Amino acid sequence: MTVLQVVILVLVAGGGTAVVATRDPLRQAMMASFFGILLAILFFVLQAPDVALSEIVVGAVALPLMILLSLAKVRGGQR
Amino acid sequence: MTIQVRRIVFLLAGAFLAALLVWGMGGLPHFGAYRGPYGDVLNAVSVPERHITDVVTAVNFDFRGFDTLGEEFIFFAAVLGVALILRAQPGEGPGHVEDYATGRAVPPTSDAVRVLGLGLTPPTVLFAIYVVAHGHLTPGGGFQGGVILATGVLLIYLAGEFDDLHGLYTEVTLERAEAIGAGAYAAIGTLGLLTGATFMANVLPLGKIGHVFSAGTVPLINLAVGLEIAAGLVLLLTTFLRQTLVLRPTASPGPLTKALGG
Repeated sequence: MTVLQVVILVLVAGGGTAVVATRDPLRQAMMASFFGILLAILFFVLQAPDVALSEIVVGAVALPLMILLSLAKVRGGQR
Repeated sequence: MTIQVRRIVFLLAGAFLAALLVWGMGGLPHFGAYRGPYGDVLNAVSVPERHITDVVTAVNFDFRGFDTLGEEFIFFAAVLGVALILRAQPGEGPGHVEDYATGRAVPPTSDAVRVLGLGLTPPTVLFAIYVVAHGHLTPGGGFQGGVILATGVLLIYLAGEFDDLHGLYTEVTLERAEAIGAGAYAAIGTLGLLTGATFMANVLPLGKIGHVFSAGTVPLINLAVGLEIAAGLVLLLTTFLRQTLVLRPTASPGPLTKALGG
């Protein structure tokens, strides 16, 4: 295991914990997006660029966006 | 059950689970160690037998292409499900399209965001087409290129308004594109049956190794998947955006809104 792999594995563990530890859904969506980028870097470091490409878009953009839009819809109803 | 009892139950169960995990992980192969013949076999046969230089694509769209067909239809069904659940309910209708925020005014989209968004759209779309077209040569393919293409479309919304995005297409166009993409995959699969081989057999000419037009049916399948994924994801995002930005409760609440006490 190289130093780079160890560093990114630790970052992924920290990022995952941060997502769970964040209680506000808005901030959690942002953390999930950041976590998606970390996962993509991990996949890339482990020589899976195919998966990394998908993870960047789905994990870092599409999923947080859907959470954000759902939050906007739910909170918009309370106006 | 008091908190005290709960804690004891959790600690016991947690300790058991942790012990089980440690025991199980002890038997795992070392990090990066590889056992099993399949990867080596695939590495050896992908290029000479299929003219595919990206072995991941060779597995996904040729050797195990049937599995990917199922995967593609999972995505198809998921998008359909979202579109069905998030359709306009009775008592909801199109309202004034605007961004809003609770308790504060929405700042107008800055020129920097507009220019960056519009400037990034063409390279993103081009890159997406590249990733789809070179799926059998380099890392990438229909899934990856499709989602990148969808982000290119999304950039138009970020740079402008929902109407700018929505002027580009209608939901029917997206639904058709998605259905054509999904159907084309299955149709390419049946090419094998027509020639007397098996379903999903790679029956087209394999071409020269490393060329864009090579690897038989694989680039065609990538094209179909790229179309389906891009259309599906844009449809998904449009559905979500419509829910947030367009649909508003109308004066008379529908039966569902009434039932929910809204």
